[in-house]
Amino acid sequence: MPKNLVIVEKILSANDRIAAENRAIFDGAGVKALNLMASPGAGKTSLIEQTIRRLQPRMNLAIIDGDIATNLDADRAEAAGALAIQINTGGECHLDAVMVNAALKQMDLQGIRLVIVENVGNLVCPAGFKLGTHKSVLIASIPEGDDKPYKYPGMYRGVDALVINKIDLLPYVEFDMDYFRQGVEILNPGLVSFPLSCKTGEGLDAWIDWIVENT
Amino acid sequence: MHELTVTESILEIALRHANEAKATRITNLYLVIGQFASIVDDSVQFYWDIISKETIAEGATLHFKRLPATLHCRDCNQDYSPGSTGFSCPNCHSNHVQIVSGDEFYMEAIDVES
Repeated sequence: MPKNLVIVEKILSANDRIAAENRAIFDGAGVKALNLMASPGAGKTSLIEQTIRRLQPRMNLAIIDGDIATNLDADRAEAAGALAIQINTGGECHLDAVMVNAALKQMDLQGIRLVIVENVGNLVCPAGFKLGTHKSVLIASIPEGDDKPYKYPGMYRGVDALVINKIDLLPYVEFDMDYFRQGVEILNPGLVSFPLSCKTGEGLDAWIDWIVENT
Repeated sequence: MHELTVTESILEIALRHANEAKATRITNLYLVIGQFASIVDDSVQFYWDIISKETIAEGATLHFKRLPATLHCRDCNQDYSPGSTGFSCPNCHSNHVQIVSGDEFYMEAIDVES
């Protein structure tokens, strides 16, 4: 007999359940975690390197690095002085809670205070998959252009902080900061932002202060 | 790539609810996708045809209900969907607006036979 079953269940509810499990692992170990997202080349790994250099003397950091292939990013994080685990997604365009869960099971979180999860470089998919981290951070960078909030709204919607990297390039590229910020403000009112340059070091102190306050 | 994960979740949810209802066949699935949810219907359909084979959902039709995002202008109180040029209010051109909806991504219902 034909029947209509009303369901109303979020498609990614399974991912959300594992994300909650990850959160419990972080909390149980007394660790705070950040999910760092951006397009390829925005400066995720550079920001992580700078963050490790400034924070590692004060607290132990661990990095979970998501990439489609290679260990390049984890090697850079390790060289900067942090514990690093590389996840190769084998083609998957984002990290999901299951991959982070598997990485956590390989890690000894004893003594670690902050875990930074470096998501796969992508301005679309990572927004849809919760990982169980306490905060999500998006890096925008000046050469990407000022229209990105309008073109990739999902990504700007759910984050807790915005880093605007490569501000040293502002004199050389067309980037209307007011237009950019207007889009951000509509998508995520009151979003805290950190204009900075990983190359010159300008603005990094405010970013580091924010991390310390939130860990 | 990410539509495969999504399609596997769709199948898992549908089979679980059908089994609970002791259904022997799933004929239709009704999915709701908001404008900001970044899901490609055709790609989901492609994976669906492959992974639903030899399950009670084989041959079921996927119905995608696309919901436009809704924005609310805080200056003139107009509710609207964003057009192709940006998010500003089409009525008064204000940027003082808030997003009301657009992130939806859920299964609303399935049709089953038993």
